[in-house]
Amino acid sequence: MISDQTKARFAREVAKYPAEQKQSAVMACLAIVQQELGHVSPDSEREVAAYLGMPPMAVHEVTTFYNMYNQHPVGKYKLNVCTNLPCQLRNGQQALHHLEKKLGVSMGETTPDGLFTLQQSECLGACADAPVLLVNDRSMCSFMSDEKLDQLVDGIRAAEGK
Amino acid sequence: MRANDVIQQFAASGVETCFHDRHISPQIYAGLNGSNWSLKDYEARGGYQALRKILGKDGGEGLTQDQVIATVKESSLRGRGGAGFPTGLKWSFMPRQFPGQKYLVCNSDEGEPGTCKDRDILQFNPHIVIEGMAIAAYAMGISVGYNYIHGEIFAAYDRFEAALEEARAAGLLGDKILGSNFSFQLHAAHGFGAYICGEETALLESLEGKKGQPRFKPPFPASFGLYGKPTTINNTETFAAVPWIIRNGGQAYLECGKPNNGGTKIYSVSGDVERPGNYEIPMGTPFSKLLELAGGVRTGRKLKAVIPGGSSSPVLPASVIMDCTMDYDSIAKAGSMLGSGAVIVMDDSRCMVKALQRLSYFYMHESCGQCTPCREGTGWLSRMVDRIETGQGRPSDMDLLDNVAENIQGRTICALGDAAAMPVRAMIKHFRHEFEYHVAHKTCMVPAYV
Repeated sequence: MISDQTKARFAREVAKYPAEQKQSAVMACLAIVQQELGHVSPDSEREVAAYLGMPPMAVHEVTTFYNMYNQHPVGKYKLNVCTNLPCQLRNGQQALHHLEKKLGVSMGETTPDGLFTLQQSECLGACADAPVLLVNDRSMCSFMSDEKLDQLVDGIRAAEGK
Repeated sequence: MRANDVIQQFAASGVETCFHDRHISPQIYAGLNGSNWSLKDYEARGGYQALRKILGKDGGEGLTQDQVIATVKESSLRGRGGAGFPTGLKWSFMPRQFPGQKYLVCNSDEGEPGTCKDRDILQFNPHIVIEGMAIAAYAMGISVGYNYIHGEIFAAYDRFEAALEEARAAGLLGDKILGSNFSFQLHAAHGFGAYICGEETALLESLEGKKGQPRFKPPFPASFGLYGKPTTINNTETFAAVPWIIRNGGQAYLECGKPNNGGTKIYSVSGDVERPGNYEIPMGTPFSKLLELAGGVRTGRKLKAVIPGGSSSPVLPASVIMDCTMDYDSIAKAGSMLGSGAVIVMDDSRCMVKALQRLSYFYMHESCGQCTPCREGTGWLSRMVDRIETGQGRPSDMDLLDNVAENIQGRTICALGDAAAMPVRAMIKHFRHEFEYHVAHKTCMVPAYV
């Protein structure tokens, strides 16, 4: 169930658009759901659809069209490493490989402890900061040398007591 | 330490990309340090004087809508998002007398590989975009606007929202701005990972809460835009250029650059340079100077090729780009596009097949699937470049690549098809020998590459 608190966040997004265009808020509402629940389930899609007065399938179209929506549960920390050309030229691919080794998973997979999901990503729009990765959709980490990647992973593990 | 604090340690400070002394006569990035983004600081830099000027709130007469548009036309400001369309002309297309709602949209969906300039504007100087949009709204008689921000740069979205709050509280946005009869409501929206939404009609679809699939043009957004209403869409950097133009005049802006290419432009330099980052320099500055500002090619390496305007623009060999100046006309004359000003530098250790392999994968991944030539063609291109790179290529592949690309180009609703085709054709044109070597020897002719 979507909480009243979440619905208050939805309302703030809906208020940006004309009254008859509530659907415009669907991208933001789904992002809020994902931030709070970790992924966008079919149940969440139906609740967002009911809230915005749109067909559930129209919500599902949005969830499946945009790369950043998690259609399935992911680890507590989703790491998206950019490997597009500008990043590739500055060790983006290497950063992804380093994390694969460090976490013991291949890209697209989640660590057995459920802490990390590792994904390859397309351009994050921070090309001069390469190598870059995005943590949980909202936090960009810049200039991620192998050493910094280790600090990031070890730091999160320590904070989570793992 | 909490996990979030751990993560925040790695957030970019902007020092490397934006706060340096290697801009030339900057207007948008001038005087920024990362902590002076707020309204108070922006006003101390002369911010909102242009808005006050047009509204007659600076002791002057104010400017009419026609005067604002004429000033922007005189400045020769051209769209900074990629197409380089004259901004003043675009503004004059808006049917100002249209009786219903009209919309203004800022395209901050900065996803063209290589481009990272709007992110620094939004994070470190958000009010310049708000002021530019307010001026545009005034000039075109628009009362509602949206800034659609790339979903991956959430810090910039949060920052822009904070700046909007400040502007509303100060009476610089909202009803009867600064006591005038001009009202303008501005909101922030965000994407969530779709390169295609940088295309203006896909962006409008996304803003309407749908899949970001481009629309047929015509009708153009000026007549049928957001919610089917007249809409003007400009890039973030374009809006950010406007306050300076209004304060200093169109002629002064034009004189910063060169004829037909007014003002300064921000270049995002990435790849094989010593100091990747954003560089704001006058239009018409030699490429060699930009390269020097970015610290030159990586130590010990020679320049091989440059993609001058984002990943969609045709690659240029070193010998060609070194003779270019950085402006729309010079780069077009050399056979490429200034695009978004994203300069991807590659040194002599780079394999062009490998580079194209990554780009082709990207366009396949981001094709929205609407048009058959793009949906099927981008996959075909990607698979062919893949097999050449992995030693499975056939001697006929180079011509086939060119042929498939040719059959995508100009045959799709939006420019993504062209964007996928142009890099392929330029790579084959300028570096065909590398592709042939890969096919013949099943290995790379460049000894060391990443």
